[in-house]
Amino acid sequence: MIDVKHLTKSFGDHVVLKDITDHIYPGEKVVVIGPSGSGKSTFLRCLNLLETPNGGTITFKGVDITDPKSDINKHRQKMGMVFQHFNLFPHMTIMKNLTLAPMKLLKKSKTEAEAKAMELLGRVGLADRAGSYPSQLSGGQKQRVAIVRALCMEPEVMLFDEPTSALDPEMVGEVLDVMKSLADDGMTMVVVTHEMGFAKEVGDRVLFMEDGIIMEQAAPAEFFANPKTERAQAFLAKVLS
Amino acid sequence: MDIAGLYETLSAIPAADLSGWQSFFLKFYRAWFMNGRWVQYFEGLLATIEVTVIALAIGVVLGVLVAMVRTAYAQRRPGTHNPILAVIDFIFKIYVTIIRGTPMMVQLLIMGFVVFSSSRNFTLVGALTLGINSGAYVSEIIRGGLMSLDPGQAEAGRSLGLNYIQTMWHIVIPQAFKTILPSLGNEFIVLLKDTSLISVIGGKEVVYFAQAIVARTYEAMFPYIITAVMYLIMVMAFSYLQSILERRLRASDRR
Repeated sequence: MIDVKHLTKSFGDHVVLKDITDHIYPGEKVVVIGPSGSGKSTFLRCLNLLETPNGGTITFKGVDITDPKSDINKHRQKMGMVFQHFNLFPHMTIMKNLTLAPMKLLKKSKTEAEAKAMELLGRVGLADRAGSYPSQLSGGQKQRVAIVRALCMEPEVMLFDEPTSALDPEMVGEVLDVMKSLADDGMTMVVVTHEMGFAKEVGDRVLFMEDGIIMEQAAPAEFFANPKTERAQAFLAKVLS
Repeated sequence: MDIAGLYETLSAIPAADLSGWQSFFLKFYRAWFMNGRWVQYFEGLLATIEVTVIALAIGVVLGVLVAMVRTAYAQRRPGTHNPILAVIDFIFKIYVTIIRGTPMMVQLLIMGFVVFSSSRNFTLVGALTLGINSGAYVSEIIRGGLMSLDPGQAEAGRSLGLNYIQTMWHIVIPQAFKTILPSLGNEFIVLLKDTSLISVIGGKEVVYFAQAIVARTYEAMFPYIITAVMYLIMVMAFSYLQSILERRLRASDRR
């Protein structure tokens, strides 16, 4: 579904991604882990071109989206993204947050967009908050809304950039539950996270990144049981202790 | 006794014999009532408002345009190159630098006596100069507002597939507007008060008329105090309206 070839990215002189090649299959749940500064967030943000790669290609459903002539806005409609800091639009109600893009881009009518939004809000248990503003919600609720906002565009891939890192510990569970049910529905997911439990339970494949490369990749059971590289061993020793 | 009668009576008395209040009254009468002079202040006031409105319109249009271009250029997709945008951005940058780097008064003198030295419509030249001046400041205020918004907001918009313009229009501008409103109001007040400067190139506004009255009565105190009070009332009225608007905007998202 997403094919990444020789992806490189640097900010000024600082090289963040060195030659990343990977293929994400439809329905696959890829969990990206690694120490901070390893380039995992940048990798994720390159997938929908929030960061413009310096080199390499990203092919989404057979189209090279790194080609400046490709219409990136069209491709982004099919790639939902969830941010660490939610990034809900504070000046709009939850309902407007959810219906803005479907109405503008999918040309849905207001009733159509709102019906879809209500259905999805119901699924994450927030149907009663449709009229609220983001500032009135807890962190966990905001992140669930943010997931719904991405889902309202009916994406084919969901990208999660540390979706639980900014949450109070007691709210992490509610967000992970939503992500798990999304995974159960067969959504293709790329998740950058520090939640090793989630990685084990939901991931089909773990990418361990370090210093801008994919240092190791394996099925979660394999990776967590016996990591091959020393870096991965050291990392797991730290996060699992 | 009516005011005119009182004036007649008092002005017949030698100045040395008048009490402090009586001479105050005479000065005020000459500055305000005599020969219907108060009408001139209001004529001047009207001209001031006119100049402010013209300058404001020019300033806002110019400011928005410059801010849009400069922000779009600063946030362009890396790797793409748009030579036209680059040239316009460069010209706007010079414009902002020159306007912000030179005094308002000097700009007026240059525009009035050099650029438009043959024009007799001093008031309009003054309004134009003020507008061009204000545009530079307004553009910086707007640009600051657009740039200061959390980049995550624009990213969220773009990640949904909204294009640059849609993201700006629906997400960035409504939020930036709220943060720039106090500075924009402040700039408007500065502009309103700066209209007084156009009298140096012969522009007709309230200070111009006040000066004319001073020249005729040889008495500076009341004409200038009256002028000051007029500005003060205008600014206070505007500040009041601004605070209402700000309250309304706040109410819309923090309930």
